[in-house]
Amino acid sequence: MTPLALTVVAAASSSSGAPATLHEAVLFWLLAPIAVGAAIGMVLARSAVHAAVLLAVVMLSLAAFYTAENAPFLAVVQVVVYTGAVLMLFLFVLMLIGVDSTDSLMETLHGQRFAATVIGLGFAVLLVAALAGALGSFHPRGVGGAEAGKGNVTAIAEQLFSRYVFAFEATSALLITAGLGAMVLAHREPLQARRTQQERMRERTARGGGEMAPLPGPGVYADHDAVDTPALLPDGSIAPASVAEHLQISRAKPHVDVAEREIGNPR
Amino acid sequence: MRVDYYLYLSAVLFTIGAVGVLVRRNAIVVFMCIELMLNAVNLSLVTFARMDGNLDGQIIAFFVMVVAAAEVVIGLAIIMSIFRSRRSASVDNANLLKY
Repeated sequence: MTPLALTVVAAASSSSGAPATLHEAVLFWLLAPIAVGAAIGMVLARSAVHAAVLLAVVMLSLAAFYTAENAPFLAVVQVVVYTGAVLMLFLFVLMLIGVDSTDSLMETLHGQRFAATVIGLGFAVLLVAALAGALGSFHPRGVGGAEAGKGNVTAIAEQLFSRYVFAFEATSALLITAGLGAMVLAHREPLQARRTQQERMRERTARGGGEMAPLPGPGVYADHDAVDTPALLPDGSIAPASVAEHLQISRAKPHVDVAEREIGNPR
Repeated sequence: MRVDYYLYLSAVLFTIGAVGVLVRRNAIVVFMCIELMLNAVNLSLVTFARMDGNLDGQIIAFFVMVVAAAEVVIGLAIIMSIFRSRRSASVDNANLLKY
């Protein structure tokens, strides 16, 4: 075995995961271009639904990065909460508002897009340069020591319910407030009071004509009780109102009167 | 590969999100770009946790996710109520506070 291969195997077998292994490098160089491309596509996509789908791609690749960085709990939360709940909420609102509500292409501020792009590029250069200057050389320690062999989820839970317990309680209050706020904001006062059944009945009686009682159901006294079988009146004639208009294809009489059959062959 | 590449990736994603907030007009897409920025910051927090050797970064990223969920709920409700009164989700149309 060559020395290079030996180091690679040694790096891959180190369980704490502090230095980046070969697997991680492959994962990173596969998914990082996908994530960046999807993010750029999200900004450029004309349709908002396409933007949402591309954002899902970014979020899922970030979840993969979290698993590579020894944060399996956050990876699962990322998939379940972000991609599953938050993004679906986005899609719901998108469908409510109307998918075809297109972006206005007119620039309200002259040259805003160009200026925004230039500022963004400058910001990226600044960030990367500052990072490169600040990081210099360091040795990543990995979270294996902090987990102390208890596993990621247990270690996070211990910290969350001891050191961060007040922040945790505060987030519960925040979530309740957010739910209440969403209900208040999305609530719509009805423009007029809802009409009760009693009021509608009074209107109908005052108008007169038509049926006061409910219409006869289909199939009453007839051979079948299918919806297209008209009811029979007590004298054997057909009650036309018992079948909805669009179901009355043929005006055929329902086959056999039950009363007749009972007379014909008594049990 | 070095661990700090994640930080550069996070910076790039954050910048793309910021440019999207500045460039796009549809309120929902602007909101998605804000989510992208939050996600980028989460990635750098997780990387910081790994570099520093403790779990605080991961826990703060978890809190960021919780706050982001609450923020999405409220923000989308606001967008919906604006859409109801103006029949438009474009941020250009909500300009009553301008004057």
